[in-house]
Order: sequence, then structure tokens, then C-alpha cells
Amino acid sequence: MRKGFPAAAQDALGDAQLRRNLLVATHAIRAKRLAAVGERPDWEELREAGRTIKRRVLRHLDAYLIQFEQAVERAGGHVHWARDGEEACRVVQGLVTATGQHEVVKVKSLTTDEIQLNETLAAAGIDVLETDLAELICQLAGEESSHILVPAIHKNRIEIRDLFRRELALPHLSEEPRELAEAARLHLRERFLRARVAISGANFAVAETGTICIVESEGNGRFCTTLPDTLITILGIEKLVPTPEDLEVLLQLLPRSSTGERMNPYTSLWTGVTPGDGPREFHVVLLDAGRTDVLADEVGRQALACIRCSACLNVCPVYTRTGGHAYESVYPGPIGAILTPQLQGPGRADSLPYASSLCGACYEVCPVKIDIPEVLVHLRGRIVAEAPPWRAERAAMSALAWVFGSERRLGRAQRLGRLVGRPFVRRGRIRQLPGLRAWTDTRDLRPVASQTFREWWASR
Amino acid sequence: MVPRRYRASEPEGTVDRFVERVEDYGAGARIVARKDLTLTVGDLCRANGLARVVIPSDLPRSWLPEGVESVADVGLGVRELDAIDGTITGCALAIAETGTIVLDSGARQGRRALTLVPDFHLCVVEETQVVDGVPAALRRLADNLRGPRRPVTFVSGPSATSDIELSRVEGVHGPRRLEVVLVRE
Repeated sequence: MRKGFPAAAQDALGDAQLRRNLLVATHAIRAKRLAAVGERPDWEELREAGRTIKRRVLRHLDAYLIQFEQAVERAGGHVHWARDGEEACRVVQGLVTATGQHEVVKVKSLTTDEIQLNETLAAAGIDVLETDLAELICQLAGEESSHILVPAIHKNRIEIRDLFRRELALPHLSEEPRELAEAARLHLRERFLRARVAISGANFAVAETGTICIVESEGNGRFCTTLPDTLITILGIEKLVPTPEDLEVLLQLLPRSSTGERMNPYTSLWTGVTPGDGPREFHVVLLDAGRTDVLADEVGRQALACIRCSACLNVCPVYTRTGGHAYESVYPGPIGAILTPQLQGPGRADSLPYASSLCGACYEVCPVKIDIPEVLVHLRGRIVAEAPPWRAERAAMSALAWVFGSERRLGRAQRLGRLVGRPFVRRGRIRQLPGLRAWTDTRDLRPVASQTFREWWASR
Repeated sequence: MVPRRYRASEPEGTVDRFVERVEDYGAGARIVARKDLTLTVGDLCRANGLARVVIPSDLPRSWLPEGVESVADVGLGVRELDAIDGTITGCALAIAETGTIVLDSGARQGRRALTLVPDFHLCVVEETQVVDGVPAALRRLADNLRGPRRPVTFVSGPSATSDIELSRVEGVHGPRRLEVVLVRE
């Protein structure tokens, strides 16, 4: 059950441990990112190229998708189209069942979290094992991811040690990250070696060649995409790029923005099936799930350009205090605040576009130049415009528009405001207004001046 | 049109820069003369306790030192690969700017599992294989992606994770050690 951002954030803000964990982690990654980005004199040109590539893809998505489908099939892969999450889950479940296997290894994928694939497969009696360390931590803890890149960013090493001691039956484990990572390696090794079916998402897919690209660090992605007989990739339709050369831009932008590295340890590219090397059967499920609706909104559609680097989370004054769970969405932070309400449609996550101070830090760090503040304001406008006319914000905005529409009405409103406001002025500020507490609880207002400009002009 | 102005400011790639940046990831890297290659490979195998290594079947046997048993990959099972100490391969190319080796399952590289399952990867890079930056690498790889479509893997240092408090730990699922030997003509 959703609480909405204000209530969920209230809970998160009361958790001192969470706030400490977030502060340490996000500040560490910000410093690394800054150093990695500062090393490139052509960073702004790369951003501009990245933005252009993604914009072009979205403009001609229909053509690129068909081109991609043909290329994958030419290379021996199979393509499935899914209108929504339910259909995608059904397709994947069918494909897994057809292999006769009951175990699946999985590479971290936000897209599969978005459609709740794990839950569907578990209900069908299929054992799904998350292999990314942070995803594994979340899976063992029975918690949701709270960060795009580091799903377990909300947990510190002591909490992870206690979890592993309990869930992996390792009572003597220390909290050294090295030892914790080793424990995960041992836990997963056997499963990697015996896995017959794997499920992945994708960072990029090349329309021209049908190539899929996965960017990772641990090697779990390589295991999942190399050793099993069957590989199923869930691909949000916005992940396409036109040509292989376009990867040269995104593969420079992503690691530096994301982990603050010149390059992540492993980037895998594969095209269909290759005899003697890797899976014998390869399926791509192309997922819409609200994306074409987002595409129809000329301002909002830029959210689909996101390459999931998470730089906007790490700089956001809201995210770094509330953490990801408060967003109640697979995509938290500034990008989540514009993506989630659009993907889910009106009325389902309406508090998220307000989870921002509009400071603009997210836009500045975005490697593909998504103007997040612009979309936030646009979505707020849409939410208010679609609200019933008696809702306070809509009524107030309509009234204001009417007042601002005429010079005489504005003059009268100012005089009225001065009179009405006078009893509430304390030390030169209005700190509380009865009936408008939702506004004044967090903001002080300046009283109307004792002489407005208009009055001074008239009396001159 | 996609503005490609960034290409003009591609940093100068040098072999020294490549080696320095490989080391930044916590991998080993050294430059050797061709005549010393076998000797260096032998030293690295001994220093890392590699008694049995798996090699792509077309790896030049002249690279291999005495005293190290090499198993040519002729479709070994994963369990067999898992029981082997390490692997020795060449590469398709290397990127100076990012300290990356690129494998495309072509000559001297074998299939992907070879550089994944064994815990130690020794990669031999020829000086002529080093390119400046990522764009130059993609230009060289595009023919394969459009044509034979062999899988491609970019490797930048040993496997690593930053999932615990964002503190970097090297050595997770992929090879825990990476040694790069650059052969200078």
C-alpha cells in the first residue's frame, strides 16, 4: 500500500542510521564522479552527443524497433513483444517452463523489478536467484532496492554482516567488505556453474546489428550471459541506440557518471547466438509498459532518454536525505520522480513530482542532459490541471490567474492582502496563516509592502 | 546529426598511459621486449602459483614457459575450467585512455568462458593493438559487430564491487587477478 512521498519521507527522515549510511555513500560517490568527469575536457560535447543520440532514437523508435527485431532474428535470436508487464512476465514464464528448469540466475535489472518478474516466477514455482551483490543483499533481506546503481545503499557493512551471518549461515563472518564479497562469491559460485537458464536486462541495444550491451562490475553478468544454455533478456523499448558507433558515447558517459570510474570492469556485447560460445538459445522480450504513452508527451518524453547512471540521485538534496524507499518506486530520486508518474499514469504516483526543491543539480549532472526540473514542473502542472476544480491548489491558481489578469484587480488584491495579512505579521514576516498551513508551515511570507510600487507611482 | 566534436579532443594514447591506467584498477601491468615475453609469462605463473593454465587452441606455444602445464581449450566443461588455475590469452585491442583490454573471441582469445571461470587471467597485448580512446576502439570493433558478430567483452581490471558502502573490493565472480603484459617491438 502506497503512503505517498510526504508520509514515506517522514518515516525515512526519522531513521538516523539510514541518513548516516546515505550521507557517507552518496558523498563518496560524488567525489569520485567529479574526479572522473573532470578528467575529460570534452565532457560537455559528450553529453550533447548522448542527448542527441537518445533523442533521435525516441523520435524514430518505431523504425528502430523493427530494424532491431530483424537484426536479432538474423543472428539466430528470438524477439517477443510485450505490451505491459503482465504480458512480459507471461512470455518469460512460458520460456522458462519450456526449458524444463526450475532454477534461474538473474542479472540485476530495474526493468524486471518494474514488472515484478521475480514475484511472477516465484508464484509459478521457479526459483530466481539475484546474482548482483547488492540485489542479493536486498533479496536475502526481503527488502526493495533503494538506489538505481547500489540497491543496498541504505545498509551499512554491519547490517550486511548480520544479514549474511543469519541467512548464509556464516556465524563468524566479519564486516570487512572484502570478506562479505567473498561470502557472496562462494554462495553464488555453484549456482553459476550449474545454471541452465538466465534472465537479464540490458543497458543498451543496437538497432542496426541487434547487439545487446550489459555494463557491470562483478562478473555476475558475464556468468549469466555466457554459461547457461538459454538466455532471456528483457529490454525496455527505449534502450535502443541506432548504430554500434553510438556506443562510443554512452560507454564513456555511463561509467564516469555512475561509479565514477574511467570504465567499469566488464562490458559485454553479444548478438543473437554464437555457435560454440555462450547460450544456444537467446530471447529478447521488448517491453512497452507505458513507454509509448510517455513518448506522446513532448516535454515528459525526455525521461525515456535515461541511461540509469544514478548521478542525479547522489546529488539530490531530497534523495540524499530520504533515501530511495520513500519514493515507493523502482526508480527513486529525481529521475524516478519524473519517470514513475509517467510510466504508471495519472493518479498513481502524483506526489513524486513534488519531491524536489527544483534546485537543478540533477540536470547539471545528467549525462544525457535530461532537463529534470523542466519535466517536474510540467508534471506538477499536469497534475493540477487534471485535478477536480474544487481542489485547493487548482482553485487558488485559477483565482490568481484571474487577479493577475487585470491591473485594477491586482491593485485591489494588494490592498486587501495588506489589511488581511497585518494581524499575522511577526517581526516583519508572516509565519502562519490559518487555513493555509500546508503552505506556511514550511515557508515564511513577506507581507504586502506598506506602499506598493503602483501606489508610489500614482502619488508621485 | 549527432555532434561528434568530442572526437577531436580525444586524448593522446600512449602505451605508458595504458599501463598506468590498468594499474589504477588494481591489476598488474608491465611492458616487455618480445624476446623476454616467455620469461615474463613464466615469472608471473610462478609468482601466482599457476601450475595448470587453459589456453585458446591458437595461442602461440612460444609464449608458454617450461614448467607450466597448458591445456588447450577444445570445448572443456565449466567444471573442468573451474578446476584450472588460470588462463593465458591475447586480445583484440586495448584502450589507453581507460586501461581496458577488449576481447572479441577472435585470434588468441578463445571463447568467453575461458577468461571468466578461471580465477587468474594473464593477457598479452601487442603494442600495435593499443588505441587512444573508446571511439577508436568502437571503430575497430564495428566490422565484427556488423559482420561475424562474435561476442565482445571489455575488461577493465579484475572483477570488483562497490556495493558495500561504495568501498571498492577487487575480486568477486570474474577472475580475481588480472595481469597484463604489453609486448613492445
